[in-house]
Amino acid sequence: MNYLPNTDKDRQEMLKTIGVKSIDELFADIPPALRMKRPLNLPAGMSEWELQKHMRELAAQNKNLTEYACFIGAGAYDHYVPAVVRHVLARSEFYTAYTPYQPEVSQAVLQSIFEYQTMICELTGMDAANASMYDGASAAAEAVTIAAGLTRRKVALVSRTVHPETRETIRTYAAGHEIDVKEIPMKGGITSVEDLKAMLGPEVACLVIQHPNFFGCLEPMREISGLAAAHGATLIASVNPLSLGILEPPGEYGAEIVVGEGQPLGNPLAFGGPYLGIFAVRNKYLRRMPGRLVGMTKDVRGQRGFVLTLQTREQHIRREKATSNICSNEALNALAAVVYLSWLGKEGLKELALLCAKKARYLRERIARIKGFEISFNAPVWNEFAVKCPVDPEKIVKSLLDRRILAGYPLGRAYPELKDHLLIAVTEKRTREEMDALVSGLEGLV
Amino acid sequence: MRLEPLIFEYSRPGRKAYSLPALDVPDASIDELIPAEYRRKTDADLPEVSEVDVVRHFTKLSQLNHGVDIGFYPLGSCTMKYNPKVNEEVANLPGFTELHPYMPEELVQGALKLMYDLQTYLAEIAGMDKICLQPAAGAHGELTGINIIRAYHRSRNDTKRTKILIPDSAHGTNPASGVLGGFTTVEVPSDSRGGVDIAALDKLMDDTVAGLMLTNPNTLGLFDENIQEIERIVHSRGGLLYYDGANANAIMGICRPGDMGFDVMHFNLHKTFSTPHGGGGPGSGPVGVKKHLIPFLPVPTVEFDGKRYYLDYDRPQTIGRMKSFYGNFLVMVKAYAYIRALGADGLKKVSEDAVLNANYLLRRIVGYYDLPYDRHCKHEFVVNPARIKKETGIHTMDISKRLLDYGVHPPTNYFPLIVDEALMIEPTETESKDTLDYFADALIAIAKEAYEDPEKLRGAPHTTVVGRLDEAGAARNPVLRWVREGSQAR
Ligand SMILES: Cc1ncc(COP(=O)(O)O)c(C=O)c1O
Repeated sequence: MNYLPNTDKDRQEMLKTIGVKSIDELFADIPPALRMKRPLNLPAGMSEWELQKHMRELAAQNKNLTEYACFIGAGAYDHYVPAVVRHVLARSEFYTAYTPYQPEVSQAVLQSIFEYQTMICELTGMDAANASMYDGASAAAEAVTIAAGLTRRKVALVSRTVHPETRETIRTYAAGHEIDVKEIPMKGGITSVEDLKAMLGPEVACLVIQHPNFFGCLEPMREISGLAAAHGATLIASVNPLSLGILEPPGEYGAEIVVGEGQPLGNPLAFGGPYLGIFAVRNKYLRRMPGRLVGMTKDVRGQRGFVLTLQTREQHIRREKATSNICSNEALNALAAVVYLSWLGKEGLKELALLCAKKARYLRERIARIKGFEISFNAPVWNEFAVKCPVDPEKIVKSLLDRRILAGYPLGRAYPELKDHLLIAVTEKRTREEMDALVSGLEGLV
Repeated sequence: MRLEPLIFEYSRPGRKAYSLPALDVPDASIDELIPAEYRRKTDADLPEVSEVDVVRHFTKLSQLNHGVDIGFYPLGSCTMKYNPKVNEEVANLPGFTELHPYMPEELVQGALKLMYDLQTYLAEIAGMDKICLQPAAGAHGELTGINIIRAYHRSRNDTKRTKILIPDSAHGTNPASGVLGGFTTVEVPSDSRGGVDIAALDKLMDDTVAGLMLTNPNTLGLFDENIQEIERIVHSRGGLLYYDGANANAIMGICRPGDMGFDVMHFNLHKTFSTPHGGGGPGSGPVGVKKHLIPFLPVPTVEFDGKRYYLDYDRPQTIGRMKSFYGNFLVMVKAYAYIRALGADGLKKVSEDAVLNANYLLRRIVGYYDLPYDRHCKHEFVVNPARIKKETGIHTMDISKRLLDYGVHPPTNYFPLIVDEALMIEPTETESKDTLDYFADALIAIAKEAYEDPEKLRGAPHTTVVGRLDEAGAARNPVLRWVREGSQAR
């Protein structure tokens, strides 16, 4: 199969216009020694039907979440994606467009980003949000490099309660800038404020705190923010956007940069991507912000319209002086987020956040009553919590597969000191029946 | 067509679109769930709208946009080819969308196999030894590659190498990635034929240079004829070669970066491999490396032990992670489907027709527009209205805006920077001769209009739902969010 419209007759006419005898002549500037002398070693092409069949077979080699009750969260959550999201995203005016360089024929993409920016500002309480980063982890990493650049300080303090993959990404990005990434120890499942106090100093550029943190626990953000401010360090809060249906907006407790994994906003789990990175700032950071920004303006006829703006931050204008190298972002995932948040609305967001909290509380209390199981940490939680298990959590996960349950994320994978602990997430999709089945499965193991 | 209000402007208190499952567990008060000191005091001011409001709003909005499915989109350097519908369908299979990244590996063997095979195919197309699928876009791939280059030199205790050389024709992401990766960047000038100036390279390339980032064919759409000499100069002095594969649509099955001697490269799946651009993303920027750089690849890699596919985290020399999880999986699914549909023959034909289409379009418009480097191009080319500008004062911007009235998307404007008033045109292989003729005729008509009725160009576009927008005003006075009338933005 191919998607080539030209006929051989077309090709002949075109070659004539160009003034060459064969297509091959057009490649004459490639040194002969570098030309491939054999065909690429790839499987033969297929018809569309054969391709469909092959892809269905590959997909069928996976067990998917329509067949399992998923209690795994750990940074990516099994929320319901409403039909409207898929339908809007399937409009090819959106998905076959690119970055809106020509605003006169890109108002759909531009206006939807402007709406997205507004919603993220509303959720986070920040002054401005960009059009998206690659994901939550890379957004956090870029926030660190920007904070270090602005403060001209070289130490980043990252709590051990931040998602392990976010911490790794921060380290990767920091390595090029000789930013010293130090880990703030944890205590009782949250950032150790005592240790933090001892680590703060004039060389500290920023703090990265996740809230709710990787264990689902709520962090004492106000206290941490006060400490950061006292030392002139930037507080970077990493958040789950859906939690902000209940939780205080980071702007109100003093965060200066807010990042987060936007997947819970209407994006399927999709084996880890594409998702979107949320990035929002106080005005002070606006001109340091990475990524695309859309602004409202007027056209020559006096009508309201939208354009890419403050582009002098960006690589295509500033090249080596740009605030980031990001070019393509996750626009379609941000569109999913804005459609999803429109569908949920003011009340739906609150209700959903509350519903997750109620269900998580039910399961947490039920597991706490199983002999041998203990709640790992006392701090309040929202939709996710850790439990200490009398059996190896890896074993638990394996043995509950028979019951079509994905029991959670064994914390020992990233925290050797927590190898007996299992991280369990509850979304609105988890029914009482499924939670009871998980409980009885756990009971059966002790 | 009419402008569309903001979704917030449809909001009416109490109106709802959402439906949530009923509470099936004992109720709890909010105070029992989340202590008051953690809670928000005022609601996020999201719109309150019905489902039909949501659907109509985004449907009407969508009609204000150009896309590949609507018409020609010859945006140079972006490879706006047709996005096959079957790929969208298969990427929506629950067996791909409904997978948690932390599911046990034995449940996701199909996904891992797809990734593993895609790595193998891309390695073959690139002539590289191993591919990593983690980077989320081209620029992310560049940063991955730059980090790998840094790690390589450090592993050899070669710490003097603090510079990356980048041709002046390069895309802005190249220098930005170099700096984000901790290097200073040094510009290499181009020669009179549009390639790297060999004498200048020879002078700049010393033992403080970590490597050269090169786009080939470059952003002028020209294959660098001195590529072997470039390779010799850089390698013989201990540097590494990075290949920006954004323009790989010109070379599939014809020549390979690996065979040209490059050490590390990226592809853009959202360009060469037909995955849609999504209004700006998501993309995917797989990185390929030669053997000596494999130890530095990001974790995890996808491996196969003869029986099962698995994720390998045990790589002591890795640069670390570039993002969470494994990359933009659904984009990979679409690129995989594309490669399987076309096979080796199909991919080669893609590149041949991409180059044929570009050269045909070039010859149709040359004479009306100036061609700074008169050579056969590869998949794209750059012209400018130098004479038109001199004689009429009309700029590239005016020509592009006038093209909108002809129902096509303009080419890339003002890039590469080494050509004044550049118009960078990439037709791609999925356009027919008829479309190219329509576009050429439009450009020729506009060239004539520049002389006969220049005001028509300066005032263009005339037929779009909005006219030219005040970009300077938008930047001077940034309004980056909507604010409800009578309320104050927090
Ligand atoms: C030559 C070149 N290099 C790199 C990039 C960056 O790719 P991405 O937008 O996927 O980050 C582009 C994108 O337009 C490009 O044209």
